[in-house]
Formats: sequence, structure tokens, C-alpha cells
Amino acid sequence: MTDIEAPGSAGTGLPRADHEFTVRHRTQTQLVLRRFVRHRAAMVSLVVFVLIVLWAFIGPHLWHYSYQKYTADNSQAPSWKHPFGTNASGYDAYAQVMRGTQTSLEVAILIALGSTVVGAVWGAVAGFYRGVVDAVMMRIADLVLTLPLFAIALVISSRSGGAWYWIAVVIAGLTWAYVSRVVRSAVLSLREKEFVEAARALGASDAWIIFRHLLPNALGPIIVNATVLVATGILTETALSFVGFGVQPPDTSLGLLVSQAQTAVDTRPWLFYIPGFFIIAIALTINFIGDGLRDAFDPRQQRVRQ
Amino acid sequence: MLAYTVRRILVSVPVLIVSTFVVFLVVINSGDPVANFATSRQPAPSKAAVAAFARHIHADQPAVERYWNWITGVLHGDFGPSVQTNLNIGHDLFTRFRVTVTLVAASIVIALIMAVIFGVFSAIRQYSVADYVITFLGFLFLAMPVFWFAVLLKQAGIWFNQQTGSQFLGTIGEKSPYLDVDTTWNEFTDHIGHLVLPTITLALVSFASWTRYTRASMLEVLNSDYIRLARAKGLRRGKVLVRHALRTALIPLTTVTALDIAIVLGGAVITETIFQWHGMGEMLVQSAQTVDVYRTMAWLLLSAVVVIGFNLVADLLYAVLDPRIRYD
Amino acid sequence: MTDSVLEVHDLNVEFPTEDGTVRAVRGVGYRLERGESLGIVGESGSGKSVTALAVMGLLPGTARVRGSVRFEGTELLGLSDARLSDLRGSGVAMIFQDPMTSLNPVYSVGYQISETLLRHNPGMRSRAARARAVELLGTVGIPSPERRVDNYPHELSGGMRQRVVIAIAMANDPDVIIADEPTTALDVTVQAQILEALETARAETGAALVLITHDLGVVAGHTDRVAVMYAGRIVETGSVEDIFYTPRMPYTLGLLGSLPRLDREEERLTPITGSPPSLLNLPPGCPFAPRCPLRRETCDRTEPPLRPAGHAAHLSACHFADELVGTGAGEVFDTAGADTEALARFADTAAQAPSTHAEEDPA
Repeated sequence: MTDIEAPGSAGTGLPRADHEFTVRHRTQTQLVLRRFVRHRAAMVSLVVFVLIVLWAFIGPHLWHYSYQKYTADNSQAPSWKHPFGTNASGYDAYAQVMRGTQTSLEVAILIALGSTVVGAVWGAVAGFYRGVVDAVMMRIADLVLTLPLFAIALVISSRSGGAWYWIAVVIAGLTWAYVSRVVRSAVLSLREKEFVEAARALGASDAWIIFRHLLPNALGPIIVNATVLVATGILTETALSFVGFGVQPPDTSLGLLVSQAQTAVDTRPWLFYIPGFFIIAIALTINFIGDGLRDAFDPRQQRVRQ
Repeated sequence: MLAYTVRRILVSVPVLIVSTFVVFLVVINSGDPVANFATSRQPAPSKAAVAAFARHIHADQPAVERYWNWITGVLHGDFGPSVQTNLNIGHDLFTRFRVTVTLVAASIVIALIMAVIFGVFSAIRQYSVADYVITFLGFLFLAMPVFWFAVLLKQAGIWFNQQTGSQFLGTIGEKSPYLDVDTTWNEFTDHIGHLVLPTITLALVSFASWTRYTRASMLEVLNSDYIRLARAKGLRRGKVLVRHALRTALIPLTTVTALDIAIVLGGAVITETIFQWHGMGEMLVQSAQTVDVYRTMAWLLLSAVVVIGFNLVADLLYAVLDPRIRYD
Repeated sequence: MTDSVLEVHDLNVEFPTEDGTVRAVRGVGYRLERGESLGIVGESGSGKSVTALAVMGLLPGTARVRGSVRFEGTELLGLSDARLSDLRGSGVAMIFQDPMTSLNPVYSVGYQISETLLRHNPGMRSRAARARAVELLGTVGIPSPERRVDNYPHELSGGMRQRVVIAIAMANDPDVIIADEPTTALDVTVQAQILEALETARAETGAALVLITHDLGVVAGHTDRVAVMYAGRIVETGSVEDIFYTPRMPYTLGLLGSLPRLDREEERLTPITGSPPSLLNLPPGCPFAPRCPLRRETCDRTEPPLRPAGHAAHLSACHFADELVGTGAGEVFDTAGADTEALARFADTAAQAPSTHAEEDPA
């Protein structure tokens, strides 16, 4: 969001006017932030999500077991020593879940970043130039949209050797098209606005207009979409890993952990439930954050509560 | 209308060709079955045998020629050679499709019906406790990994069978390997029993997103001027809800359903893996594991036809349901 | 007295919001005689439309409504929705502002007219309803109605659609028609035709009319009495002559001053500065005071009641209504000052132009 002051009612020329009528000037960013903070589910989710991220990335450095080291304790239920228990080979599940969360988050965030950057630029260029460029670029995006995400990702990543960034690149290569459609439609309406005309009249280059005027003003839908993509990303990666085409041992991901534990639901339930809860927690908080952002960026949706 | 339908079908053909060509390039470059053949067999095959294998699966041809041979072959019912000897891909695809289509169709129908009921209820009771509960459950199911939920359901099914002492809920395979009394009725109930849990699993994700969609669409319509006018005409609330709100709000759902079909197919792969069905899911997983190019392509071609077909039907339905869409 | 068809008394409507309670309508009352025509004038947000929707019982469930609305002696507030819907369309009909969105896009206009006919005339056959729909379309001035009856709304222009809405309103010979800004969304050239169609509808049905508008010009030719609303209240009411020739409320005076008129050599238009107050947490005192050139200390402390000014049927809510006898807008409002101020504001808006874009940014 560009920091431009929202219009209050400018001085009415009457002596006592400001105290009655002038709305306190707030920047657009402040308005969005204020609306977001008021969305209770989104705020709680943001806190939980940040905690999970910190735990997954800082936790392993503080924890005394490594995710790839055997311990002497096999198949133990959760205890102070092993908060999430251990598996049949003696791995500490707490360390493994931390590592799995880390990998799954890395994949999901890379997917969101990659497809957002590519899709935003793709959509903005198509929407800005329109005509033939637009037609060709959008047909390509449509083509990508008809591909079944999970099946194609499964086929391609069977060759990835389980490297997390490769899985992310494959999935991002199939999801950017969603972003490009959203951004294009936003840009199509933005390009007709006076400030774009003004920039053009001042001799701004096309690239300048796209990157300094169009994309910043389409930031709302872009950010909302990016959050949705984090959720899509984590669910796709864990599903791929579950079926055996994602992250490969000795590395691990939340999906792989669930997959390894599926035969142990009865005997060692902690191995199955805990990584599953983490996937749900991440996807759920991300969706709530996205919902809060959507409300915050879209002031037309004024809520009247009873 | 007929001309429009024909034109839309004709437009779908080049889309299908370009789409399958791109997918073909991706698939032949995503694995090397020849190297796989040369290294994975014991004892190591001779150079001549490897070359013969490469020829057998057309790996020696340039990509464009290979695609052309494949797609023209498909038109004659030949889906190309598999890396497994004695496997007829066309036959394989057909039998597996019959297994999977019941699952996919049943779950789409159930997901749609439930989504409309819950979405509409949520919308007309906006901000009520029920609305908050439905909304939260929608969020929860959207965040729930299909495979995790499927394993849980499978456990629940086993528990249910133990408690009732029956074998009604099948948790392994699409049917029992043999039946004690082999009547049509037994076969039918056996089939239904095996269908229950996978269908619930697969319906779940689409149910969540379609419920949210229905709610949003319904709310938008309920706040529209024409609903107010319909009420101002004296029409009763129930009639306005069905005749005016529902009829208009559900039109866009046809498009959303069609767009989501690819997601449902992906979900079917996971569901079938967990419930150990011998359907298209298993076929895709096996062909990816064995780097079987033509078997993979057969799967992807069928899914492309289904996706494009659904979009076509959705477009036609939309044109029938919404008078603002013109046929020309 | 016995002939009043619609009586609104001390109507209050509140909407609870996250920021507090919005008091959209505050103590509005009026009486409509059979066949009479009342104009309700005010800026947007003054509570005109909310008043109309409260009469129809069509406010959203969150609205809190108090007071009394009597239709032919029957109290409507608190009546069950089933009973109310028997009256809607047959006793009281309503026409909404935007004809582009008032009709359901997926049904033909004939169907949408027949629907209201069949609803209120049990035993009517659908063929008869269709014939009547064609007849109604002809009455409101739609050419070749027998062809148009099968058209969908998107095939008709805005003016034509508003005629259809008028046809729906008059279909069951209502006793009251409430028209909420029926011409606002239309081209100026079409406005007169729509008002004419509305007159025809009235003549055919003998209905009383409540014409809600922000345009005093519309009121002048089409109503017997006028009520001016501001900040959720009626601030002045009287006959058209009272309001136009002897206004007793500075706001009315300001409205008249900002109306271009050809019948007088009035030099310049006199804009009212400032904007209407927010109905959320309304400060005490007269809500118009901050914009009023006559404001004194009393105005900030107490809100003036609506009381007779001049004669019994002419009411005004101003502490200093008597001082306004015989004054024109030009004398009360500072035209020159207003001009420079308007220019200054224009310059301000221009400088802030980009911010509007940031706000319209589709999310």
C-alpha cells in the first residue's frame, strides 16, 4: 500500500468545524492494519502462526535431540524426555516434528513467494499491454490452470530426489496461473485510473508504471492470494510426501511423518496425531489470516454485528 | 444453442491437443525409463536388450514424432506400449476408470447437496451461532489434509465393524475379494459398503469450499435490490428464498464445481491409495514409480478430457440457466 | 381524519454497528390522506429510505424499530411477516431507486409482473395474469408490450426497466405507492417520462404517493405536501407553497438556494457548506448547527422541536424560525464566501486525488 493520506473532510471554513467534522487523517496502511487487528480470529491466528514458525526454525537449535539421531528409547509414549514420544526406531518425535514443520513451511512459503512473484508480474504485464500480448499470456495461464495440480506434481517430482526446493518449484510452476488471473483483473481496472494517465503523461516508462503504480495498488489481492497459496502449498506438499513422491528420508516433512505413522494409529497414536495437528494448525491459521486480510483490504465488506 | 454447443466442442479440441502436448513433453522429460531398465534389473541386461527396450517404448524417437504417433494411436484405441510386458494400457485404463468413476461421482453429488444445504442455511442465518459453527467447520475441513482424515475414517470404520460385528464398512479395496453368498443383492451392498468411507473422505474438501462459496453467493443475492423488490411485491419469505435467491445464487456454483474437478481427481488419488482401491489413483502412482510414460499419459489424457468436458458442460448449463449469457 | 391511509408516528430506527449505534431515523411522523401525495426531501443518509423500508417492514433483522406505523388503522409494526406480506404489493407498493438492479435478471419481466398478480389474486389463472401484465406494460408507456412481456431485464433500458417496476407497483391497485428516488439513477431526459408514468399509475389506481427524492425540483410538480428530512428527523413540513415560498428552516432555505431557478432573477446559487453529520454518536444540539449561518449558542445545546411556524400545518424545527420570515437564501447564506470556499475545497480534492484510487483498490 502506498502511504497516501485518506481524505477527511477538508476544512469547512466554519470556526468550530474541525472538531465536529474532520475525520482524523489516517494513511491507507493504518486503515488496513486497524481493520485487520479488529478481526479477532485473524489476530489469534497470526500469533499462533508466528509461534509455530519460531518454534520450527529456532527450536531445533535449542533441543537436545537431532531429528536424524537414534535414541535408546523405542516406541515411547510422550514424556518429559520426549514430549512427542519416540517411534519404533527410537527417533525423538519432537525433533522430527520440528524438522518436518520446518521443511513443510519452507516448501509452502517458497511456493507462495515463487508463484506470487511470477503470477503477479505475468498478470500485470498481460493486463497492462492488453491486446495480443494479453491474449497469448492468458491462454498460457488458462492452459496451466487445466492441468491437474496434484497429478502433474506427482509425476514430475517423482524425479526430484526429494529435495524440498525442487518440490516447491514444481508446485509453484503449476499455481502461479491463479495469481496471474487475479492480478490481471485488478490491473485492468487500475490502468484506467487517472494516476496512471498522469504517470504516462509525465513520461514514465512502462516498467515504471507496472512496478511503481500498478503492482503496489494491486497489493491487497496479491497478499490475500499469497496466504491462500501457503495453505494450498502445505496441503499439496504433505500429500505428495504422504504418497511417497515428496520429501524423502532421511529428511522429513509433516506429510512423510503422518505416512510413516499410519500403521501405528492404534499402537503409537502420538506419532500420527501430532504431525497431523501441525498441518491443520498451519493451514487453518493461514486461512484465517487470509480471511482477515481480505476483510481489511476490502472496506466495502462492512460488518454489522448483533 | 446447438450451433453454440458444436462450436464449443470444436474449440475444445485444439485446447486438448495443446494441453496434452505440453503434458507429454513434461512427462517424457520427468524420468528416464531406459536408464531405469538398464540399472534396476538383475542381472544387468545387455546393450542390445536396452536398445530393444528403448525401441519398444519409442524412447528413440524425437519428441514431436513420438507425440504424433501416440495421439494418432489413441484415436485408434492404441494407448502405446507400457514398460510392463503384457499390460494393455487401454484395457487397464478402462477397468480402473469404472472403479474410480463411482467414487468421484458419488462424492461430487454428496458434496454439492451438503454444500448447498449448509451454505444456504448459513447465509439466511448470518451471524447466528449455527453460521459461526458452519463457517468454522468449513475452515477446519479446508485445512484438514485428506490423507490424515482418511486414515482416521478408516480407523473409525474398523471400530464400527468391530462394535456391530458386521463387515458392512469396507476399509480395504473397492469390493470384497470373495463373497459368502454371491447374489446380486450381496454384491450391491458390498459395493456400497466399500464406497461409504472413501466417498465421505473425498467429498469433504469440496464440501468445505463449496459451502463457503454458496454462502457468499447467497449473501450477495439476499442483499440485492431484486430480492427486496420481490419481498415488496408481497411474496412470502420461503418463496423469495427458493424462486428468487436460490435460483440466482446457485448459477455460479456450476462453474466452480467444474473448475474444482481437477482437485477432486487429485483427492481421489490419495483416497484410493489409503483405501487400497485398484482404481485410477493406484494406476497413476504405479506409473510414476515405474516411469511408465504411456501409462501416465493415458491417465493424464483421460483427466484432461474429464476436466475439459466438465467445463464444457458447465458453460452450456450456465447458458441455459442465465438468460444474460447469449448463445452466439 | 378517518381518511388517513397511512399514519407514521414517532418512528425511530437504530442500527447497532461495531462502532456504536447508528440512529438512522429519529422520531419521524407524517400522515397521508387518501389519494394525497407527499414529497420527502433530504440529502443521502438523512433517513428517507430507511423510513420507507421501516413502513414496508423490509429493514434487515439487525434494525431496531420503535414507534407506530398505521395503514388504514392497522398497526404494522410488530405484525407477523406473513400478515405484512399480504399487505405488501396490494396495500402498500414500493418502487426502488435503481432499476438496473431491481429486477431479477433470470426471469422475464412478464413473469415478474404476473408473480405479484398471482400472489394477491388467488384463483387468477396464469394466462389472465399474463394478459394483465401486457396491459400494465402498455399503461406505463412501454411500446409493443405484447412483445416486451417476454423480454428479460437485461434486454431493456434503464428507463424501460423502471416502467416495469412501476407496472409491478400498480398491479394490485395499492392504496399507497412509496417511490424511493425513482428517477435518481436515470438520465435527465428519461426522468420526466418516468414521473409521468408514475402520475399515470396514480391516476389509474387512485393511490396516495410518498415520493422520496433529494431533488426539490421533482417535488414541486408532483406532490401536495413536502417534508424535509435532515439527520434522521423531519426538520420542516408543510404544503408545497409553504416550503417553496415561506421556508422557516435555514436548511430548507439552503436547499432552495442551491436549486437553479429560471423564474427569478436570483443572482447566484448558494451552496450549503460542510457535510451532514454522522448519525453515529450524534452530538447534542441542532444537528444542522455546524453548517448553519444563523447558529447561536442555544443551537449547540438543545435540539429544536418541530413546531408550528406561520400556521398550524406548517411545522419547522428551528429555534429562530420566526426570524426567517421573508428572507431569501442569498441573504442568509454567504454566496461570495461559499464560492471561494468551494474553490478551495476543489483545489484540496485535486491535490488528494491519488488517495481515492488507493481506496478504490479492488481487494
